[in-house]
Order: sequence, then C-alpha cells, then structure tokens
Amino acid sequence: MGALVKTETQVALTQAAEIQQYLTFALGSEMFAVGTLSVKEIIEYGQLTEVPMMPDFIRGVINLRGAVVPVIDLSARFGRRATEITRRTCIVIIEVPSGDEQQDIGVVVDAVSEVLEIPAGEIEPPPAFGAKIRTDFIHGMGKVDGKFVILLDVGKVLSVEEISTLASVASQGAAGQ
Amino acid sequence: MDLDDALKTYIIESRELLEQMEDALLRIEQAQDDPEIINAIFRAAHTIKGSAGLFGLEYIVAFTHVAESVLDKVRSNELNIDPELVALLLESRDHIGTLVEHAAQGDEPDADSEQQGAELIGKLNTYLGHKAEQTAAKGGMPVEHAPQIEREGGHTVATDNWHISLRFGKDVLRNGMDPLSFVRYLGTFGQIIQIVTVVESVPPLSQLDAESCHLGFEISFQSEADKATIEGAFEFVRDDCVIHIMPPHSKVAEYLDLIRDLPEQEMRLGEMLVKCGTLTQDELEKALQKQVDEQRPIGEVLLEEKVVRPEVVAAALDKQKQVKESKSAESTLIRVDAEKLDQLINLIGELTIASAGTALVAQRAGISELQEAASTLSRLVEEVRDSALTLRMVQIGGTFNRFQRVVRDVSKELGKDIELLISGAETELDKTVVEKIGDPLTHLVRNSMDHGIEPAEVRLANGKPAKGTLRLNAYHDSGSIVIEVGDDGGGLKKEKILQKAIEKGLVAADANLTDKEIFNLIFEAGFSTADTVSNLSGRGVGMDVVRRNINALRGTIDIESEPGVGTTMRIRLPLTLAIIDGFLVSVGSSSFVIPLDLVVECIELSEEDKHAAEERNYLSLRGQVLPYMRLRELFDVKGEQVRRENVVVVQYGGARAGLVVDTLQGEFQTVIKPMGRIFSHVNGIGGSTILGSGEVALILDVPRLVQLVSTQVEKNGLELA
Repeated sequence: MGALVKTETQVALTQAAEIQQYLTFALGSEMFAVGTLSVKEIIEYGQLTEVPMMPDFIRGVINLRGAVVPVIDLSARFGRRATEITRRTCIVIIEVPSGDEQQDIGVVVDAVSEVLEIPAGEIEPPPAFGAKIRTDFIHGMGKVDGKFVILLDVGKVLSVEEISTLASVASQGAAGQ
Repeated sequence: MDLDDALKTYIIESRELLEQMEDALLRIEQAQDDPEIINAIFRAAHTIKGSAGLFGLEYIVAFTHVAESVLDKVRSNELNIDPELVALLLESRDHIGTLVEHAAQGDEPDADSEQQGAELIGKLNTYLGHKAEQTAAKGGMPVEHAPQIEREGGHTVATDNWHISLRFGKDVLRNGMDPLSFVRYLGTFGQIIQIVTVVESVPPLSQLDAESCHLGFEISFQSEADKATIEGAFEFVRDDCVIHIMPPHSKVAEYLDLIRDLPEQEMRLGEMLVKCGTLTQDELEKALQKQVDEQRPIGEVLLEEKVVRPEVVAAALDKQKQVKESKSAESTLIRVDAEKLDQLINLIGELTIASAGTALVAQRAGISELQEAASTLSRLVEEVRDSALTLRMVQIGGTFNRFQRVVRDVSKELGKDIELLISGAETELDKTVVEKIGDPLTHLVRNSMDHGIEPAEVRLANGKPAKGTLRLNAYHDSGSIVIEVGDDGGGLKKEKILQKAIEKGLVAADANLTDKEIFNLIFEAGFSTADTVSNLSGRGVGMDVVRRNINALRGTIDIESEPGVGTTMRIRLPLTLAIIDGFLVSVGSSSFVIPLDLVVECIELSEEDKHAAEERNYLSLRGQVLPYMRLRELFDVKGEQVRRENVVVVQYGGARAGLVVDTLQGEFQTVIKPMGRIFSHVNGIGGSTILGSGEVALILDVPRLVQLVSTQVEKNGLELA
C-alpha cells in the first residue's frame, strides 16, 4: 500500500519536472528561451543610463521602480553585434542567484515571443561544437515545431562573478590609459 | 510581558551598565576622590545583581554580590582605590560580562569561568578583610554590616529573625513576575527559616482565573542585611503588592497592627505567625488580649506603623530621588529598533526623489503657484531628510573610550608605559559606520602600540619621555570624517619596508616609489615588518583586512610617518551612507553627481586653457597649478563637444583637481542607490542615484578621480612652461 502511494507521488513529481515553461525571445535570427521561473518581468526598452568604461555587453543601468538594475546586451555578450534598438526591443528582468542573494539583471532582446511548455523529452543536450555561442551558456536545445530553440543557462550567461570581473578589467584598462 | 523579552532587555541593559562601569573604573584612576564615579560603579553592579536575582540567575547574583560588597566599602571610604584594586575590579567586571553572555545564550557558566570566578572571589574577599573567614563559613556569601536596630521599648518578641509578610497583587503573573523568584532572591542574602503559604484568598475552583495570582507568604527570615536591602528585593512588585517587613525584636503591638492590616482573619493569621516561629503562642495570646483592651483608633495604628528606622526613611527618600532622576533622563531618550530607522531613511530617500520629480513637472507645467508649492515641498523634504539623518548620527566618543581599556591592557602585556589621548570625541558620524570601524581601529591601535612605540630604554636613549603617547583624534573635513591614530614612536622605516616588499615580490626591485606608496605597502596582503612575531600583531594578517574594511565603507586610509617622531594613520570616511547633497553636472547627454562637500568652486574653461590642453594637463587657477581631467575623454562620452566647458574644482584629502564637464546643473539631493556587485570594482564611479525625471545618474568617486589625476601628473610630470 505504502509503495503504491509512493509511486503515485513519484509520477506526479516527474510530470512536474518534465514539463517546464520557457519564455522564448528572438535575438537576431535565432530563438532563445529561459525558464519562466527566473523571469521577473518584461519591460519596454527606454531611459537607459550608460556606465562609462564598461565592456560593450554592459549596456548601462535602468531605474526599475526605485531600484537600479544593470542591463546586459545578450547579443554582445555572445560576441555578436550590439542589439539595434527598434520598436519591439524589450528588457527582460531576470533574477540571478549571486552568492546568498538574488541580483536582478535586465537583458536586452529583439522581441519577446511567447511562453512555451517544453517537455523534458523534447530537450536535447547542448551540441559539443557547431553552436556559435559558448557551449556552457547553453542548458539544452528544445525542439519546438521541428525547430530548435536554445535554452539558456541563466546562471552562466549572467554570472555576476564573471560580469563583475570583466567590468573591473575593462574599467582598469580605460582608467590606466 | 514575555519573560524572554524581559531577559533580552536585561541582557542589553547589563551590557550597557558594564560599559558604564568600565568607563567609570578607568576614570577613577585619575579622579580618585570623586564620589559620583564610585557611586556610578556601585549602582551599575547593584542593578545588574538585583535584576539577575529576578531572573533566577544565581551565578550572576553570587559573584556580583561580592564585587558589590567591596565597592560598598570603597563608597563608605573604608577602602582606598588603588591601581591594583581597579585592575581587580576591571577583571571582575569582565567576569560579570562573561556571566551575562552565558545568560544571554541561556546556558550555565562552564568550568573555566567558574574557576575564574572563584579566583576573583578569593581576591575580592581579601579586600573585605576580616570578613573573609566568615564568608568562607557561609558558603561564599559575605555579609553586610550587622544592622543597628534601635529598641523602642515596649514588649518585643523573642525571636531575632525578620518577619516578612507578602501579599502578591493579582496582576503579578500578568506583569511577568514570578513570585517564587523573590523568595529565591531572599535566599541569596539570608536564610529563610520558615515559610507559610497563605492560600486564603484563592477563590473556589469554578471562579479561579489561572492568570491571576492569589498567593501570599509569611516568611521568617534570618539575615544580617538591613531593611533597605530586604525591601530592595521586592522593588519590582512594590506597587501592586502588600509587603510588610518587620525587623527582629519588633514590638508585639506592631505585629498586632500587621495582623489587623491584612485581609485574612485575625486568628488564622496569628496562627501562621506562630507557625512561622515569629511569635510564640504566648505572645500571640497576649497581643490579642491587648488589642481587646486598647481598642485604639485605626489612624493611630497606621501612624505607628510608620515608625521605622530613620536610615530606612533616608534610604527610601534617596531611592525615590534616584528613580526620579533616572526617569527624567529616560524621558529624553527613546530606544528605537535600528531597522525602523533604516526603513524611515529609505522612505525619506524615496520621498526626496519623488519631490524632485514633482519640482520638475511643476517647472515644465509653468504654473507659478504649482512651482511655489513644489519648492516649499522640496525645502521641507530637505529639512526632514536632514533631521532624519541626524537620528543615525552618534558621537565617536563611545568607540574611542573603549580603547582606554585596550591601551591599558595591551601596554601591560607589552610591558610598555603608554598613555592614550583622546580628542574630537564629540565628532558625529553614521551609526553603521561607527559599528564597522571598531575592528579596524582596534587593529591600528594595537599595531601602533606594538610596532610604533619603542620600548622605554630606546625611547630614553633617543631623548624622548619614557612614557609613550597614543593619540586618537576625529574631526570633520569637507564632507568626510577623519579618524587619526597617531603615536610618538620611531616611525616607519622606509628601507625596511621596501626591502621586505621586494623580498616578498610585492614590488619590482628597481621600482621607483614615492614615500606614500612605500608606506601603503604595509596594507598589502602578507606583509609584516616586525622582526619578531608577537601575540598581538605581526602575523601579516590584518593590515590588509583593515584597508579592505575601510574601503568597504567607501573610505580611504593613508599614512604619514617621520623617522624618530612618530606615525599617524589617517582614516577618511564618508559621513553618511544613505543620502548626500550632490552637485549635478552633465557631459553630453549623461548626468553625473559630484558630492557637494567635495566641490570647492566652479570656473569656466577659458579658450586659452582649452588650446593649451593639447600639450599640458594642468591649468592655472589664480596662479596656482591645478591638474585636471576631461570627463568626456575619461568616460568616452559620445556626442558633439560643447563650446563652453566648465571646470569643477574638487578637493579630497589635501589634493585638488579639476574635472572638466559640459554644463553645471546645480545642487541636487542625492539618494545613494547601490549598484550591485557587477559594478563594485568600477573606476571613478561611486554609486548611482535617481533623478527627478526617473533617469539614473552616476555618482562620481571623487577620491578615486583625484588619485587618477595625480598619478597621471606623477607619471607625465608637470611640464611647467
């Protein structure tokens, strides 16, 4: 009897884990996605303050209802051209764990498309090579309607440690000129 | 009232009292004859003991009592204060502190502290003189003076015990008091011979309210303590309880009054007294007989009840006065949770931003009444902000005074004679800063005593007084607070530091360093110049931690040292961490805030200087050389250069620099917003703030910029044409 109950809960748990919701967005011609659990909100692009002496992918900071939030250009972070600002450009506010705290980081994307449920069975491991971005940024490749969506590993792409180090190096370089 | 809460309050209060006690003990060495200081020490010990008894913290009561007895003798001039006694009392104070911390953690003292306590009690007892042996006989409990009780004539009862009649008020339990703890406390200075519980007023079970107290006690008590002491035991319940304390050998008539005064039936109570051993059966009968005979009016009875020993009255009056004094002092101070203050300051920060927004909208709308209203609002907000910020300001004196003790202990440990001079104790700074500056300061003080001040022989040989001097000083200087730790020691040895740094690979062997740069090497991780490693410092951990801690507070530290004369470490900290007065400037489309306190003046960049800027990096300010930097170039701001540029002259720690900007926007109340870890190492940017328009503006890190400008000057040299 006990075993029966246990199996039932296990089934429920795996089902929950299997289907996760992802927010998909466009960046250039590719589709990317992040787990909805880490997405806090999506806002229109605007009123951004540039921070001098920063690497290209750090766009600046915005005022999010009284809190100052850094904004990252994902495209530049992947080593591509900086995102061009259009009418559909959005900032996705993502919660990133940093030490014991949560740090909110804004991400500039070309356009937000939709929230998708992608079952675990439809997610392939990241390709060993061939992807044009760092493989450790990729959590997996989701198959949606026969097309691939790149599921990002938020902790890696927006690693506070790494960004902070890059920012520090860039700033020291600029000041030392 | 929850007892846990009460205990917490007790712990906090005890810590404060212990601090006061330490302070007073250190002062008494200088001013021996000041009775106020001795009284202060005594009061502190007494209050700690009294309240500890309330919570049943026997170990605190037992130890503190001994210390208190010694203090009492000092107070009555039976003992003279000498450095040895002060040292012992300081140790005792520390031990009480340890015990209080045990109480805070809710455990009993461990074997170590118990042994230490026993040792200290032994030493304290020698000061109690001949009473020491008695004390031993009574189990570590020295006795007070034998009370002198005046016989008033009339029939007195035979027993030589005190009689205490207690009737607790109904609300005693609700007020968080445990009736038993009072009885227990009595046991700390005497012996309870007999106790009878009075249960007469307990109502029938159906009407019983479990939260009400219906208890009473008749206690026969043997003690050498005086009446004030016994009364003191019930200080916390005196208001709502009926307490009668009868000295030994009281008159039968007084017992009679007692019997009459209490609510219980006369016969029943009489029996209790007999049972207590206070009255014999014979005495009781006589007394009751007498009552029938006399039929005295009640007023007279009450009057007679007031016949107490004059010293008791005096003590009571004295007590009353003290209570009144402490009450009037209390009414001017309110204890507030620091969190609530932080919340208030945060809200005021938001209010400041909102008010700036309103002013901006009003200006755009062009309605003069609205603009007027908005400006009144901003003025008020500014005032509110200022007074809210002063709430967090505390004097640094409290922190400085702690070092009296540190210096005293450390100089003993090192065998050096060192005096601490404190100045600028009334300088105020933010409480959060004060809390965090203690550790780095301790390290600097210890370091100066250990490495800075030479041993007495060396000092004498160099023609200096044998007694070393350590100075702690604080003052305000252009928006920051400066804390100096100075010594009159041998000064830093440049060659030695440099050699060591090269040895450790911190600098290149052929490096060309300025004095300041060499001195700053001691803040590098893993650096120590002392030849021998002592207990206190010299393990190379610490100085780098000191600098890191100070940097975390947005402060800086630098060193000034002259061989043979001494070293001064100068810590510079921002006054507040929350809201500052800023000066808004813009470069291209970006706005920047410069802390207003650091701005000296603003001048226009002349055409001549603009042309000269191609070749040189300084300009002439009324004949003086002013190195400057273009923010547009440094920050790589895009956009057209404006025709008229301005120079903001800033000053930090004695150095001046000019910052070239496009336009000056004027004063701006700046709420400092954290930028998060990503920007924690960014050069030249100290933080961010939100403008009235909702835009984020960056706050310039002026100290860093001034440093950048001056290193630039050092590198390129000033080509004075």
